[in-house]
Amino acid sequence: MSRRATKDAVMCRQAVELVTDYLEGALTADQRARFEAHLAGCPHCSEYLREMRVTIAAVGRVAPESLSAAARDDLVALYRRWREG
Amino acid sequence: MADDSELVARLQAGDEQAFVILVDLYHAPLLRLASTFVPSRAVAEEVVQDTWLGVVRGIERFEGRSSLKTWLFRIVVNRARTAGVRERRETPSDRADLSTFAEPAVAPERFNSAGGWSSPPTPWADDAEERIVARQTAQKVARHLALLPDRQRQVVVMRDFEGLPAVEVCALLGISEANQRVLLHRGRSRLRTMLERELGRG
Repeated sequence: MSRRATKDAVMCRQAVELVTDYLEGALTADQRARFEAHLAGCPHCSEYLREMRVTIAAVGRVAPESLSAAARDDLVALYRRWREG
Repeated sequence: MADDSELVARLQAGDEQAFVILVDLYHAPLLRLASTFVPSRAVAEEVVQDTWLGVVRGIERFEGRSSLKTWLFRIVVNRARTAGVRERRETPSDRADLSTFAEPAVAPERFNSAGGWSSPPTPWADDAEERIVARQTAQKVARHLALLPDRQRQVVVMRDFEGLPAVEVCALLGISEANQRVLLHRGRSRLRTMLERELGRG
């Protein structure tokens, strides 16, 4: 690795802060290239990126609360009143 | 989206069954979102009830320029904000959430002085898929989500749970795209750390 490349290289500590911008497509082409170059040589940061993706997926899988029958009935009763009023 | 127009037409015609469908779909998400703006569940419930009244009164004027979901979220956010101010929950965390150096994604002591990992993440992502589907893990994620600072939770819930696009979240919360990304990043990073503690072996 040349001295210049070392100087410009993304370190792990920076890489973890770039993950969201990377996933959001908010990095410049140059930043993106350097981020990906870092990932290519760093299994820990690659694992970190995988974990972030899994984390995002995990939030998507949280079961939505379901509405109780009583709460639904209350709302329907209100609906009738609102429609009349 | 395709279903929206039919549902909207039925709502506009005063179809009670359509209202029930809407309530089933959105009451829980609206409650969850409202809860991030106000201090108690009771106030959040008032806000959501008030939102449904707003929907019944306002559906006539809904023109489908946004999705029905975005429209509902906009109503609830506006009302929850007003209620939040009334209940004096001017969150100090609003500012803290966005202060520039407040919150690294990973604790600084896990890096060496050169900025490389000294304590790298324990690998768990590869076999996490199955465990994430498990009810127990889902409950843990839900609990951790509830522990995020308000602004981070609002953004993570809208983006990663409700699946709203970034631009809609920015509009709903009145924040810039850059700030939205900061909040998303901090919220997701915290959740990852929590999952690492729960799932990481080591």
